[in-house]
Amino acid sequence: MSTTKSPPARSSTAGSGPEPTSARRLKGQRRAADRGASRVFRWFTTGAGALILVLLAAVAIFLVVKAWPALTTPYDELAEQVGLLRNSSSLLDYVGPLIFGTILAAALALVMAVPVAIGIALFISHYAPRRLANGLGYVIDLLAAVPSVVYGLWGALVLSPLVQPVWAWLNANLGWFPLFSGTVSPTARVLLTVAIVLAVMILPIITAVSREVFLQTPRLHEEAALALGATRWEMIRTAVLPFGRSGVISAAMLGLGRALGETMAVLMILSPGFLYSFRILEAGQQQSIAANIAAQFPEANPMGVSTLIATGLALFVITLVVNMAARAIVARRKDFSGAN
Amino acid sequence: MTTTAPEALAGNAELRTLLQQVDKRRHRKDRVMRGLIVAAFLLAVLPLVSVAWTVVKHGIERFNVYFLTHSMRGVFGGMDAGGVYHAIVGTVEITLFAALISVPIGLLTAIYLVEYGRGPLARAVTFFVDVMTGIPSIVAGLFAYALFAVILGPGVRMGVVGSVALSVLMIPVVVRSSEEMLRLVPNELREAALALGVPRWLVVIKVVLRTAVAGIVTGVMIAVSRVIGETAPLLITVGVIDSINYNLFDGRMMTLPVYVYRQFQQGLVPCTPDQANCIATVAYDRAWAGALTLILIVMLLNLVARLVTRFFAPKNLG
Repeated sequence: MSTTKSPPARSSTAGSGPEPTSARRLKGQRRAADRGASRVFRWFTTGAGALILVLLAAVAIFLVVKAWPALTTPYDELAEQVGLLRNSSSLLDYVGPLIFGTILAAALALVMAVPVAIGIALFISHYAPRRLANGLGYVIDLLAAVPSVVYGLWGALVLSPLVQPVWAWLNANLGWFPLFSGTVSPTARVLLTVAIVLAVMILPIITAVSREVFLQTPRLHEEAALALGATRWEMIRTAVLPFGRSGVISAAMLGLGRALGETMAVLMILSPGFLYSFRILEAGQQQSIAANIAAQFPEANPMGVSTLIATGLALFVITLVVNMAARAIVARRKDFSGAN
Repeated sequence: MTTTAPEALAGNAELRTLLQQVDKRRHRKDRVMRGLIVAAFLLAVLPLVSVAWTVVKHGIERFNVYFLTHSMRGVFGGMDAGGVYHAIVGTVEITLFAALISVPIGLLTAIYLVEYGRGPLARAVTFFVDVMTGIPSIVAGLFAYALFAVILGPGVRMGVVGSVALSVLMIPVVVRSSEEMLRLVPNELREAALALGVPRWLVVIKVVLRTAVAGIVTGVMIAVSRVIGETAPLLITVGVIDSINYNLFDGRMMTLPVYVYRQFQQGLVPCTPDQANCIATVAYDRAWAGALTLILIVMLLNLVARLVTRFFAPKNLG
């Protein structure tokens, strides 16, 4: 998960490094040694690398192939065959609320997780005793090791009863706020509970990436801030946070990607509905794409499967865009951090 | 960091107390932020402790040899019976086969990136491996389903489809961790071997891989522990079944995460008072015990992985 570590050994092995001896060695040695078994081996490994790209393309292609019948059949015909579409007027009308629910849940989780994750990352990088820091980082990574189905079980059977009185209180006292309006669910199987569990699940990745970035803050910037009389918090605000801003943004986007695609927590906790509704304390309002697929897939007929795969394609495209944007920011940052 | 030369220390301390009294607001803010940051850390530990505690507390009741060695065949209603053996069999077989697919591909890709990678292909591979780590697990499941549906016709449910789905999730993790380990191998080792006239491919296999083997094994085990808890892709590709199925290539299989989900979904059993051996919460109890089994397997894999690094890592590295 430590993808932001820039590998220092790259230049020397890739042969494009600054040292001319290494480049010359590589060129001369390539002419002499790149034949027979060595050449076969090189092609073999290159093939494996290319296979990764083929695999990613195959994911897209096979999803499109299986979604094609649902996308091309006239909607009236499709709706006759697929029970799922009973209440919608078009395929877009069916996917729309699902996309809305997916994004709302992920956004709520992100709002809760990012400040906490920044706090944890700062705690590990700048507050905890150096000797403890690694161990504390490992504790946070343990959160990522817990299987999602266990989070779902915990969220549904332990967390929901625990937070229900809090949700009831929020509804009674802050009911004028659109998010908290409506009738509060007596079981707390609602989107806000889901968002809490999602926030816990995406904490580790956001923390890990932010921590790496905070640790890269130039020592001199920090010491300069302290020498000017800044308190520790002022040092962090003036030196560490501005330096780490783009890293934190990409970390948050990686977390968003995770939250968008998470299935089990939503499936096990949320009581689903198909509305464009902001009422996160009321049952039967929203549903996410992933949870909907998992819930409907086992009983769907071939056309229904095709429809569900079409919704999966939408999820794939959304997460792909989010992840590519996040990775592009990380990659661009890497180029700049060398100049610092 | 804030101290100056030793002789100035006494005056420095005086100055500091003076400064702290003058600028109370700033120091109060500093203390508040410190409190918030420590609180953020404790807040994150809270769910971890709660999850661990409840899983152990609820799971330990049913977690015994009987539970581990029996399947759910012929178990119905609130019967005080049933176990997880068929799910363990499925999980182990499907995950091992997924590892069998992912490790060669992942390792070869890592070797390509470290030993040969340059130019646009290497950059593309690096970028898309990162992107692949973000593929939602349910999409990986849909892909595996679609792949086998195109080849073998629709409605295929068998273990190997799940393995393919898991390997889509596992390959990028294996590539990332192996790549990091291979980059740690000192370049001097490669150069020394090449200088002795060893062909490049033998250098990679006999020197580079031999040096990095402990780290690679650790990375693979961490990757396995990540995918072993995946539920959604297995739910839609492998299905559910109550009896033992050893055959990866024929018919549905049960897996541990899906078992937990299935038991949870069954909910409370309606018990009438005249039924003697009916436990209303038996399905939830089984779900917790299954979750405990799963967490123990994940923790065991993580622990063994750490031990491998500690005892088999070459001492002159790092």
